Amino acid sequence: MQSILEPWPWYVSGPLIAIIMFTLIYFGKTFGMSSNLRTLCSIAGAGNKVKFFDFDWKAQRWNLVVIIGAVIGGFIAHFYLSSATNMDLNPETVKTLSTLGFENAGKSLLPAELYSWDAVFNLKGLAILIIGGFLVGFGTRYAGGCTSGHAITGLSSLQLPSLIAVVGFFIGGLVMIHLLFPLIFG
Amino acid sequence: MIKYIKFLFVGIIFGIVLVKSEAVSWYRIYEMFKFESFHMYGIIGTAVITGIILLLVSKKLKNINGGLIAVPKKDKGFTRYILGGIIFGLGWALSGACPGPMYILIGTGAFTVIIVILAALLGTYVYGLLKDKLPH
Repeated sequence: MQSILEPWPWYVSGPLIAIIMFTLIYFGKTFGMSSNLRTLCSIAGAGNKVKFFDFDWKAQRWNLVVIIGAVIGGFIAHFYLSSATNMDLNPETVKTLSTLGFENAGKSLLPAELYSWDAVFNLKGLAILIIGGFLVGFGTRYAGGCTSGHAITGLSSLQLPSLIAVVGFFIGGLVMIHLLFPLIFG
Repeated sequence: MIKYIKFLFVGIIFGIVLVKSEAVSWYRIYEMFKFESFHMYGIIGTAVITGIILLLVSKKLKNINGGLIAVPKKDKGFTRYILGGIIFGLGWALSGACPGPMYILIGTGAFTVIIVILAALLGTYVYGLLKDKLPH
């Protein structure tokens, strides 16, 4: 039981994610979480104005059920299958984060400096979450997938477009962390 | 209803694995892009290797509907993948939330993530608006 409460090592988690992907493919579906954003836009009525959202979203209900499950799974894992969050981050990472104004790195899943209520009631904090979310939504649909659809499913099925997309993910991530973070948080 | 139960179950397992692996953590994403830990590379690497093997050995097997096990093929192209990828990467590193973890995090009690989800919906909508004007 103790090993369940501890964080799971990468060599356990990685294969389990592949099994989740494979299970959905076995069920005749696919592993792609960002598609749900398009489905939700469509349910909200975006299809009346924009053709891209005018599709049979009911055929995508199974994927919405997956994310409902994911919320439940997150709840179970965090409140019943975990001891207090204390991530084994690289001490160098913790030190650099401290110089950027992030304290207590690794003591929670998300930094309070961005995700606490205090942070989101502050214009800069709110802007960071909105810009970050907007780029995620725009970018995944433009690229036709996110980490699940491209990095896991696309690479597992040896598709070149997914490799290009994953290279893009990394270019964007590296630019953000190495070039923009010092400007945003410095 | 009953046909959706299996998807609910898969989602629950997905949520548990992503929390227990810490892949939902903003800090792990940051650490990955700083190249200061093998953790995230280990997760993605072993997921892809296991995925390749599972898809290879199941090539001749049938799925639950009696069809062949098949992964949808992405359209050929370059521009949309590299540009869309870069835009997603910028947002991923800033918010620390992929389109799967953003829901899972709500379950862990991080309700402010809903702001990220609403903004992601707006981003998706704006892509839909501009789709025909963008290079693909």
